[in-house]
Amino acid sequence: MATDYQLNRKQFLAKLVQGAGLATVGGVAWSSLLSELKAAPLVLRPPGALEEERFQQQCIKCGLCVSSCPYDTLILAAPGDHNPLGMPYLIPRETPCYLCEDIPCVAACPSGALDETRVQKKENGDGARTWDVSKTRIGVAVIDEENCIATWGIQCDACYRACPYLDRAITLEYSRNDRTGKHAFRLPKIHNDICTGCGLCEHACVTEKAAVYILPRDVALGKVGAGYIKGWDRRDENRLRQVSPDLPEKEGRGKQPAIDYLNDELLLND
Amino acid sequence: MIDRVKRNRYLILRRFVQVSVMGFLIGGNAYGWSVLRGDLSFSVLFSTVPLADPFAVLQMFFAGSKIAADLLVGSLLVLGFYGVVAGRSFCSWVCPVNIITDTANRIRRYFGSTLKNNVKIARSTRFWIVALALILSWVFSTAAFELISPVAVIQRGIVYGMGLGGTVALSIFLFDLVVVRNGFCGHICPLGGFYAIQARLSSIRIKHDHRACTLCLDCKPVCPESQVLKIIGKSSGFITRGECTNCGRCVDVCPEKALAFGIRQPFNYRRIR
Amino acid sequence: MSITRRDFIKITAAVGAAKAVGMSVPSSALSLAKETEKSWNWDKSVCRFCGTGCGIMVATKNDKIVAVKGDPKAPVNRGLNCIKGYFNAKIMYGADRLTEPLLRVNERGEFDKKGRFKPVTWKQAFRVMAEQFKKTYNEFGPTGIGVFGSGQYTVQEGYAMVKLVKGGFRSNNIDPNARHCMASAVAGFIQTFGIDEPAGCYDDIELTDTIVTWGANMAEMHPILWSRVTDRKLSAPDQVKIFNLTTFTNRCSNLADTEILFKPQTDLAIWNYIAREIVYNNPEAIDWEFVKKHTVFATGPVDVGYGMRGNADHPKFAEAEKDTVTKQQSKQVSGREAKTLAYLGYKAGDTITMKNAGGAGKHWMIMFEEFKKALKPYTLEFVAELTKGNPNESLEEYKRKLQKLAQAYIEKDRKVVSFWTMGMNQHTRGTWVNEQAYMVHLLLGKQAQPGNGAFSLTGQPSACGTAREVGTFAHRLPADMVVKNPKHRKRTEKIWKLPEGTLNPKVGSHYTKLLRDIEDGKIRWAWVQVCNPWQNTANANHWIKAAREMDNFIVVSDVYPTVSAKVADLILPSAMIFEKWGAYGNAERRTQHWKQQVTPPGKAMPDIWQAMEFSKHFTVGEVWKERKIDDNLTLPDVRQKARDFGYREDTTLFEILFANPEAKTYAWPDPVGEGFGNTEAEGDKRKVEGFTGYGFFVQKYLWEEYRKFGLGHMHDLADFDTYHKVRGLKWPVVDGKETMWRFNAKYDPYVEKLAPGEPFAFYGPALKALRTGTLQGVESVGSVSLKNKAKIFFRPYMDPPEMPDKNYPFWLSTGRVLEHWHTGTMTMRVPELYRAVPEAVCFMNGKDAKKNRLKDGDLVWVESRRGKVKVRVETRGRNRMPEGMVFIPFFDERVLINKVTLDATCPISKETDFKKCAVKVYKV
Repeated sequence: MATDYQLNRKQFLAKLVQGAGLATVGGVAWSSLLSELKAAPLVLRPPGALEEERFQQQCIKCGLCVSSCPYDTLILAAPGDHNPLGMPYLIPRETPCYLCEDIPCVAACPSGALDETRVQKKENGDGARTWDVSKTRIGVAVIDEENCIATWGIQCDACYRACPYLDRAITLEYSRNDRTGKHAFRLPKIHNDICTGCGLCEHACVTEKAAVYILPRDVALGKVGAGYIKGWDRRDENRLRQVSPDLPEKEGRGKQPAIDYLNDELLLND
Repeated sequence: MIDRVKRNRYLILRRFVQVSVMGFLIGGNAYGWSVLRGDLSFSVLFSTVPLADPFAVLQMFFAGSKIAADLLVGSLLVLGFYGVVAGRSFCSWVCPVNIITDTANRIRRYFGSTLKNNVKIARSTRFWIVALALILSWVFSTAAFELISPVAVIQRGIVYGMGLGGTVALSIFLFDLVVVRNGFCGHICPLGGFYAIQARLSSIRIKHDHRACTLCLDCKPVCPESQVLKIIGKSSGFITRGECTNCGRCVDVCPEKALAFGIRQPFNYRRIR
Repeated sequence: MSITRRDFIKITAAVGAAKAVGMSVPSSALSLAKETEKSWNWDKSVCRFCGTGCGIMVATKNDKIVAVKGDPKAPVNRGLNCIKGYFNAKIMYGADRLTEPLLRVNERGEFDKKGRFKPVTWKQAFRVMAEQFKKTYNEFGPTGIGVFGSGQYTVQEGYAMVKLVKGGFRSNNIDPNARHCMASAVAGFIQTFGIDEPAGCYDDIELTDTIVTWGANMAEMHPILWSRVTDRKLSAPDQVKIFNLTTFTNRCSNLADTEILFKPQTDLAIWNYIAREIVYNNPEAIDWEFVKKHTVFATGPVDVGYGMRGNADHPKFAEAEKDTVTKQQSKQVSGREAKTLAYLGYKAGDTITMKNAGGAGKHWMIMFEEFKKALKPYTLEFVAELTKGNPNESLEEYKRKLQKLAQAYIEKDRKVVSFWTMGMNQHTRGTWVNEQAYMVHLLLGKQAQPGNGAFSLTGQPSACGTAREVGTFAHRLPADMVVKNPKHRKRTEKIWKLPEGTLNPKVGSHYTKLLRDIEDGKIRWAWVQVCNPWQNTANANHWIKAAREMDNFIVVSDVYPTVSAKVADLILPSAMIFEKWGAYGNAERRTQHWKQQVTPPGKAMPDIWQAMEFSKHFTVGEVWKERKIDDNLTLPDVRQKARDFGYREDTTLFEILFANPEAKTYAWPDPVGEGFGNTEAEGDKRKVEGFTGYGFFVQKYLWEEYRKFGLGHMHDLADFDTYHKVRGLKWPVVDGKETMWRFNAKYDPYVEKLAPGEPFAFYGPALKALRTGTLQGVESVGSVSLKNKAKIFFRPYMDPPEMPDKNYPFWLSTGRVLEHWHTGTMTMRVPELYRAVPEAVCFMNGKDAKKNRLKDGDLVWVESRRGKVKVRVETRGRNRMPEGMVFIPFFDERVLINKVTLDATCPISKETDFKKCAVKVYKV
């Protein structure tokens, strides 16, 4: 009996070890695959999309946004697209977002991955929410100035005229062309507080590879930090909302404890 | 001819259902039909009834997603339907991968025992994968199986465009053909595993009449989950194990009508072995 | 230096071998080898597109244009271009370039109107074309044929075609697409100054203080000039003022200090308001010395119709069209017109019978007091009410803008340039409104001076150079001469070496009328060159049906398949700009030449070659017989006289008009063409159907002969070789010097010659004898000579023939976008431009869209009494429409907006008003 029992216990333990081992191997393999598949730092999501991390949490990959897009702008990632599988994205150079006023892709989303509150506004009177496609933030347009032919003095501004918010999201800056002495440069300038990232500019750009292109906002945009607020701009104070006062400075001089610094002979020795 | 149809009636019916579901989904995407729009992860029936893949929603839950009302309702509807009524029928009546693996299995039967299983995998592997999927969903904050699911790649590919997804379908086919018999659907697929778990209490079941059985055992080779047919020739009653996909293939091939679909009182715990 | 491929291989091989064995290579061979490493050649050329006339350099490599750059030495653009110009290198290489003649044939390969296009040889093509021509010509005479010409012809092409059609075929049925574009400007120039084309030049931009754009979206249509305007503004932002007068907000408004949005057609009233401000409220601003010495006052009839077909019961009219068309015969006086036509005794509800529809251009001299009286109704109050185009703008704000505009013109010592393009030309009162611009500038003495002047900009690259100066119009001959004038015909016959009486004195059919004549079965044979009449002409449904369903033969020469080619019976593949020698003339009278850079593709051949080959099929005996034109006119038989010139009965037009002894004195090769090909002169490597060249310098001959017309006649052009050394010259080129400002003694040598001692002389010779009268009409019998004087016209406001109403509530305007040229034939084939603006959209006000439950991107029908198109709604974008108006560009053949537009024209200039008709807009 005892041996039977021991044998059973041994078998049980062996199975347990085997199972745990296999699960670990499979888990590690699967994990590394997952972290590769999730990585899509340059992917452009449809209007109203949550931040990438939360978007991937929320999207159920049903494709309803894709099928409701009247312009076939949205693509559902398939193997070979090098984007997280089954989730919608767009390539503005091929088909930009035409910013439908009723934003059917967001309306179709059942999971909240495309968040309607991000592209709606409250009407003044009754507080009812209506679509406001200008709040779309697919990404932001960035100009490669060296390759933008407007900087040569070519009268292009194709991006400017293609922009659905021209004179707001893209304005023209005039400056004199000293070389010719009688022409002006008309340079496009992006205003990222208005820019929806729809990509109509990238689509319209006439250079061989677009000199204006859409990047995800978190990739393209800098951040001033809230340590200084424009005294001449009342709205600028809003940036203070992001500030969390308890975070210690982790960089620069503060990194090293004072005592260590003081005891350190590095600066003193030759 | 009629005889042949009769002997394949559930097979034909299943193929019809599978093709119709995918057809409606394709029509919904490409032509704006409103019968069924979306894909097998989530779809909307007649523009009103939400239907969601409960396993996907469960993973999302583990991933920390806020489950939207449509998803919750949709997954409960689906879960209710399969759990109470239809068992694991998703795998054989809806899922398009089933067509691939059935085909592989049919070819395997043609070769008979000359095609050996090269690798042995436990049928319980899929349950481990279910567990792993939920854990990894939690760790990576995303529905872990959905991101790699070959089932999803194929069904989505059919509706929205395949990309390189064809290679996935081919891999499954070859895996089932030359590596493990019924390898994918019967051993690995955690979606099947999930449905097997929830199917234990459903009411539509295969019913066996022990007295009519001549022990020809034609039912065993056609069954993708042959371990569920333990009672054949031994005792009468329902096939109770959750792995049974209600494909009805055994009913089709049984010459003595010893097998048939039957309805069991749902949630009858005493009947569970 | 030219070296062949074999030389190149030999030299490079030698260098390689020499280096390998350590030998020294002769230095001349080395430098040659170095040069060939740079495997492309740059040469000077001209941009293919608009009337700005930017100079470009094109790079050729392996017989292909591989790149362009703006020519830094070109005074117009100093090396810059707009994006159309930027893509000059790509326009020739669209995948669907036409490369062989295509004929509609039946299964047996014979011509069949209902057949399908199949490739044929040039020989077959010309044979069928000539057969069909002769069939029509013998039955219907010179008026049975027609040629659709172009403001994009090279000068020599236009000249060759005028010579062939007018001199050879004795027909005046040749008219350019410039009729749609510049005819009102021409009529305005001729009636006001007696000579065509602007007095000033682009340097006015740098010299002025005020730029006023009237119906000229320069930011999109003349981008390089607009960049000069921008620079001028930046150079002195406080001093320089820019006004944009337009019917909808366009990209000029972005730079303008003041945008004045007016209702379509009411520019007539705004000009008169400015004049009234001058005459009534600021009389001291009138430059009386200038006005008395150099101008007279004039006016003309108002019952002139709208250039539509006179017969409202024309069987081809759809029922819906008729209520608009009846206005050609008579119309009711509206409340607005009751005020503006009160000087003629009209009251609201009266009927105006269009008695002068046939003589719309006549005019007579009036006294200043009469002129002043006529301006009286145009008070600020009335004009603001009448013209305000944006219903959401306050009347007070709008009035302030009008006052600011008038003040800018009036302000002493403030220089003003008024620019206009299609907004004023494409207008049922286009000639009038052109004349009103001169009215204001002449009153103030602000004309023909540096930085001061009314300046009509042209649309096409050679609307001035070819269509106008060469005279490819139905009524014109080269150098501002006209077919009606016997002296002009005689001079032309002399230069062309034609028997006296060959030329037809009766004005031919204008562009739109050519199409109407095809529909009426009067024209049975037509040749379309460098234009796309079936897409660019209003009321297109009629013309498309006429071409396909009636018994006629239509030939289209083009480089890509167009709508016109689709309705044609024979398509001839043409060479494009850099595949031939040519010259263009721009809006500031600058003539620019270029050389052939590359060989045309396939079997495509230059238009001059096509004209010359076709002319081989006709002999003196066939075309110079007696020909009855109408009951009053029969062209004499000139075959007898032809013998005096040494022409026999079987001498061909080719030998007379083109390959004559004089032509052959222009030898090829010529030093000016060294290193360049010349398909007409020497054939080319393709030897298309065995063609190895005519053996003489065709283009130079045509130029030098053409030049004779203008020399000493105020249109002097330089010789051929000079233009290949310079970056264009502004005519008149007298003693080798170009003329910056005409009519001004300081700059224009003709003033001293024709009016010695005078500071100004408006010396144009046309229409310079006028009878006198009052506002109501002519009173004198005899006429007064107006030598060297310009006319200050009074022209009233009148409603257009079609205005929005309950059924058709929107104004429709059509025009261009920066990215595309005209009907898109070339630019839609440049992938980058196509992607930038892939389709025409319907620009619409957001409130209008909302009212009609439309949103951006919705497909709508835009429907008029004549037709409809499907188009997408755009409420955002470059053009912002006021409520009640839509704009749809015409470049996109899939949105063929000219099916919708109205073919009403200015009755004087016969230029169509593409800017106004009434439509409804509803969801598909």
